[in-house]
Amino acid sequence: MIKLIAKRLVSMLVIMFIISLIIFTIFDSDKMKAQIATSELGGFQASALIKNPEAYAEWQEKNGLNKTYTEWASGILKGDFGHSREKNTDVGPLLAERLGNTGILAGLVFLFMIPIALVLGVIAGMKEGSIQDRVVTFISVLTTSIPEIATAVFLIVIFGLFLKWFPLNAAMNSGWDWSALVLPVMALVIYDFGYVARMTRASMADVMQSHYIRTAVLKGLPKKRVILKHALRNALIAPFTVIVLQINWLLSGVVVIEVIFEYDGFGKLLLQAALFGDVDVIQAATLVAVFVAVFSQIISDVGYTLLNPRIRF
Amino acid sequence: MNINNNVVEKTLMQKLTSLKVTFALIFLMWVPLVAFVILGGSPSNADYNWLLYPAIPAAVLLYLICMISWRESWIAMLGCTLVFFWLIVAVCVPFLPLIDPNKPIAPYVGIMSEKKDIFFWLGTDFKGRDMLSRVLWGCQRVIVWGVTATLIAYIIGAILGLLAGYVSGWMDEFISFVCNILLSFPIMVLFILILTFMGASGFNIIVAVTFASAPAIMRIVRGLTYDIKSRDYVFAAQTRGESPWYIMVIELLPNVRGPIIVDACLRLGYTTVAITTLTFLGLGLQPPDPDWGLMIKEAAPQAKLLKFAYMLVIPSIAVSTLILGFNLMADGLREMSLRD
Amino acid sequence: MNEQTPVLECRDLSISYYVRAGEIPAVVDFNLKIMPGESIGLVGESGCGKSTVALAIMQYMGSNGGISGGQVLFHGKDMTTMSDEELREIRGSRISMIYQEPMASLNPAMKIGEQLCEVPIFHESISIEEARERSIKLIEQVKLPEPERIMDSYPHQLSGGQQQRVVIAMALLSKPELLILDEPTTALDVTVEAGIVDLVKTLAKEMGTSMIFISHNLGLILETCDRITVMYSGQAVERGTVNEVFNEMWHPYTRGLFNSIPLPGADKNSRPLIPIRGQIPLPHLRPKGCYFGPRCDFFREGVCDQALVKMRYAPDSTSQEARCERLGDINWDEQIVEDFSGDPAPIGDVVLELKDLKKYYEIRDNSLKALVTGKSKSYVKANESMSFTAKEAETVALVGESGCGKSTLAKVLMGLETATSGEVLLNGESIGSVDIHSRNASLVSLLQMVFQNPFDTLNPSHTVGSQISRVIRKFEPGISEEDANNRVLELLDLVKLPRDFANRRPRQLSGGQKQRVGIARAFAGNPKVVVADEPTSALDVSVQAAVTGLLMDIQREYKTTLVFISHDLSIVRYLADRIVVMYLGNIVEQGTTDEIFAPPYHPYTEALLSAVPIADTRVKKRRIVLEGELPSAVNPPSGCPFQTRCPRKLGSICETEEPPIIEVSNGHQIACHIAQEELEKVEPVLDLTDYSEAVA
Repeated sequence: MIKLIAKRLVSMLVIMFIISLIIFTIFDSDKMKAQIATSELGGFQASALIKNPEAYAEWQEKNGLNKTYTEWASGILKGDFGHSREKNTDVGPLLAERLGNTGILAGLVFLFMIPIALVLGVIAGMKEGSIQDRVVTFISVLTTSIPEIATAVFLIVIFGLFLKWFPLNAAMNSGWDWSALVLPVMALVIYDFGYVARMTRASMADVMQSHYIRTAVLKGLPKKRVILKHALRNALIAPFTVIVLQINWLLSGVVVIEVIFEYDGFGKLLLQAALFGDVDVIQAATLVAVFVAVFSQIISDVGYTLLNPRIRF
Repeated sequence: MNINNNVVEKTLMQKLTSLKVTFALIFLMWVPLVAFVILGGSPSNADYNWLLYPAIPAAVLLYLICMISWRESWIAMLGCTLVFFWLIVAVCVPFLPLIDPNKPIAPYVGIMSEKKDIFFWLGTDFKGRDMLSRVLWGCQRVIVWGVTATLIAYIIGAILGLLAGYVSGWMDEFISFVCNILLSFPIMVLFILILTFMGASGFNIIVAVTFASAPAIMRIVRGLTYDIKSRDYVFAAQTRGESPWYIMVIELLPNVRGPIIVDACLRLGYTTVAITTLTFLGLGLQPPDPDWGLMIKEAAPQAKLLKFAYMLVIPSIAVSTLILGFNLMADGLREMSLRD
Repeated sequence: MNEQTPVLECRDLSISYYVRAGEIPAVVDFNLKIMPGESIGLVGESGCGKSTVALAIMQYMGSNGGISGGQVLFHGKDMTTMSDEELREIRGSRISMIYQEPMASLNPAMKIGEQLCEVPIFHESISIEEARERSIKLIEQVKLPEPERIMDSYPHQLSGGQQQRVVIAMALLSKPELLILDEPTTALDVTVEAGIVDLVKTLAKEMGTSMIFISHNLGLILETCDRITVMYSGQAVERGTVNEVFNEMWHPYTRGLFNSIPLPGADKNSRPLIPIRGQIPLPHLRPKGCYFGPRCDFFREGVCDQALVKMRYAPDSTSQEARCERLGDINWDEQIVEDFSGDPAPIGDVVLELKDLKKYYEIRDNSLKALVTGKSKSYVKANESMSFTAKEAETVALVGESGCGKSTLAKVLMGLETATSGEVLLNGESIGSVDIHSRNASLVSLLQMVFQNPFDTLNPSHTVGSQISRVIRKFEPGISEEDANNRVLELLDLVKLPRDFANRRPRQLSGGQKQRVGIARAFAGNPKVVVADEPTSALDVSVQAAVTGLLMDIQREYKTTLVFISHDLSIVRYLADRIVVMYLGNIVEQGTTDEIFAPPYHPYTEALLSAVPIADTRVKKRRIVLEGELPSAVNPPSGCPFQTRCPRKLGSICETEEPPIIEVSNGHQIACHIAQEELEKVEPVLDLTDYSEAVA
């Protein structure tokens, strides 16, 4: 087990190194720098700047664009993520605050999504082709087919504009407000739970068809024991991986939802930085996102081996 | 030739549903549509409308073929109907009697006023433009770029998957490693990164989608290939000295077709979501031509009153139906393949 | 008749599956009566409904199946009307079941102990400690080593044979009155099978349990059962005591079945097997009247195709019944037989020669420990110094159980792997280290292969014709399209398939037909040597006979050398000229068929011969059951590979020194430490005296 974790950690480090290299190369390219110059100084001045090597070097120096990879990477390892030009603050604390906000959002989503998805999936998969199965399948296809933007729009219109139950956005200009989080969380849960529910259903249905469930039934065990003891553990192995990997999906989903609901989270920060050309923020945010994704991959791998006795390292 | 003496005469239907005919029809429908969009055909530019003449009958015929060959599954038929509704709209839209979607319909309607009457079924948006024609025109670019991007991602993903799965060894390790790196990015983050770097355009969306989807496709194809390559018929081909390319293309590819088609339908849905979302975020297709994501983006700051909500709801419903269509198609196809 | 109440009785049982197309009758009008302590064999080919009967008795039909008529009486009480709770109390405690695939029937995520203990806990509400004690006792009874360790293992940590023993222990924990065994040994090797069968028999006798033994293997039924029911296409067609049915069959299907299995008297040239023509009808396409009608040589129009045929007693018998309209009125000699007999082709010069062939696979161990100790490489010794020859028109059989290296050998011959050392000579040309891509077309066409799994052998995406013509064009580049197509048709004629099959896709073909196409494909390039890797093991016996007959026919015509790989000694005895017995990558014995089947034997050959069930009451067998498990090829035992399981092990010499090769006679070699004189003293395993008398 320790060997597996060590192996995964090493491969994570390798992947992080390569990805940081890629990100650095992208933003160190002349094309990208020209783009930044244009966005900062306007097209005319920017092209003039690039033609003048001295001024260009000075401009790079001023904006911290002339770092080598080692300088940049060692800075990041020391916790120096650079400086946000747009917001004129250090990236580190800014990112930390935004990540915290997104963490709250994501945590709430998981808190609601996982039980709903698992329960519905198990109920549907217990008896393939039954009415409850069809209903769950239909609902989950429908909800996964409506993209987050559309889900958010529908929720805003119904609960925000028509029923006026919840605020329209989650900008929270006047202090923290839990009710503002209801709609964003709801939108993400509705969009995400269907996929997990369907995976759970498929896995459960598969297990219920298996020979060892037949053995358990024909051993004369009570139905409760068959489902809870024999079926559930095997059926939850596959969804577990899916759930952990949902973190990766969620990181995509929060971008849209945070923008729609104007919630000050990590996704909105990344998008604004991308639109503004705020290099340091983009770099840092991407790195953090990838780190979270890769780390969740490790958790999923390790958890899978723990759950599945057939695999032993 | 003796062989043909015993051939049972094929019915018209069998001829129509044969792969060659289907491919020809897809080609006839797709190439004009792509050409139309790339050359700049738009509501304000009717110069290339003639390109779409062959596409209309091809699309209708394809729809009929799909409906007939999938008649066993009403889910697939429903999905197919939704998808083809938008496809046919996409190829027909320049010929429909619509009001120019890019111009306010003033003086009939003022800016920032809702208006619904017999001429403007779905009302007008906050700039006074006709919603109906905007929604119908809006499907064209999403479909063209979405499907093309998925197709290209599939070609690349399938080639990599076959190579990794069949050749295995260092090739597998290398391809898998590169794909793992790409898969480590949350998709939206990857999109944002690529589109910030390359700029927002339809073509760049294809690049971004390829980078985001090809690794996942590669994994699926690789898994299927691993499964199939130990079959005896592959072994038989090896023992008569066939080249790896022959085995991959002729022996393996046709047999991984089924699961791939199902996955492709799902992925078309994802891509549609991605394009709409990116456009909404301001990184995808650019104004002024109508697009669903754009419509939501433009209406979002204005529609803070219930009476304007339709400006958001209508494009949302439009995009949801298209994606639902793709997903239902995938579901129906999977169900049918399980039955055999 | 016995006045006791039967343990179980099926009365006019009919079982149907309900699909979208409607009701599909799986089993029709099935009757069965089983007394306490009695064992009944249920035999039939795939699709005859025997497993459906088993599951119907357990009342476990899935969502789309159901009993459409009749009763299942357990001690006189109808199980079809029982509540779920009543059924639950019977299942597992009074009726138990043992399944075909032990690995799949054990829960992979639960420890063996837990899976065993829950049976008495839920049925008899005993404490966990008591249940554990009982489980351990039973594990000992099923002869598994280290019960404590087994209890704490997961199923995947045990071998197939051990898993099946666990399933047996689980079934017997509550001392059931009825045990249903559904093909319990099909997934296992013969020597393991022999052990399992022995075990079940003795334990059932000890406990007084009745058994329903389901199998496709007539020999196994003969060894285990008192009475037998033969099933065909959802019906019981013949029923009686084992002796009655094996000595005189009244139903043409039963007779056909016996004629198509290779019993000791059959000979490929003079007394070939007689296949049953055609194939089993799909349940919704069954003919009117007798279901066997279309395949029956004694079919009479107007008699056999009228009404559903009823079971009738055979003449002069009160226990043997058959479902035949012409019962007792058939003249068995009027059968039209597809003629596979012919003069044996003269055996020619040596075509294929293996000299000291070795094939090792390298496995790299990437673990940290291996890096530290520097032992990162280990080898799987798939083939170890293999030497034998095959002559023109000769059939050489490679016999051995799973893991003996026979498939690796095939790969080396075909050039998919290259030999680690040693030589393979084809017509004097060395090909052992030439891989397939370095072989030219003519060399490749000389050596072709017939594959094991008929469902895998053809590419489902292409037509039969295009797959055969691809081979022709590959071996004869530049051949015109018309010539190639004509060759395809000739080849279809050769394997006795209709010509319009060229346009069919594999899914429209039955298993036997696919295997024929596979043969046609192998013979497309006029090969000198054909390697046949268990070509018939996945086929039903009646079809198996036709395919082997065909293969022999073609061989005689083309004078092909056939390397026949098999685990089944009966079929090998029938068709091989020479036999090579393999164990764990080594050749332990080789010689002509007669030499192998008579002493002196290698102890492994002896055990193998004893393990093969023979469906003939006149053949007497000496029983040898091997202990232990097949060692792994990564870590083979030192000295003689068979020493860990050998019942005739001499002592430390077997563990330290590789056995010498005893040249018993020209070409008959045995690799053993035991002196030739000792081996010659061994009694024959098979006693055929009764048999020869009967045949004579």
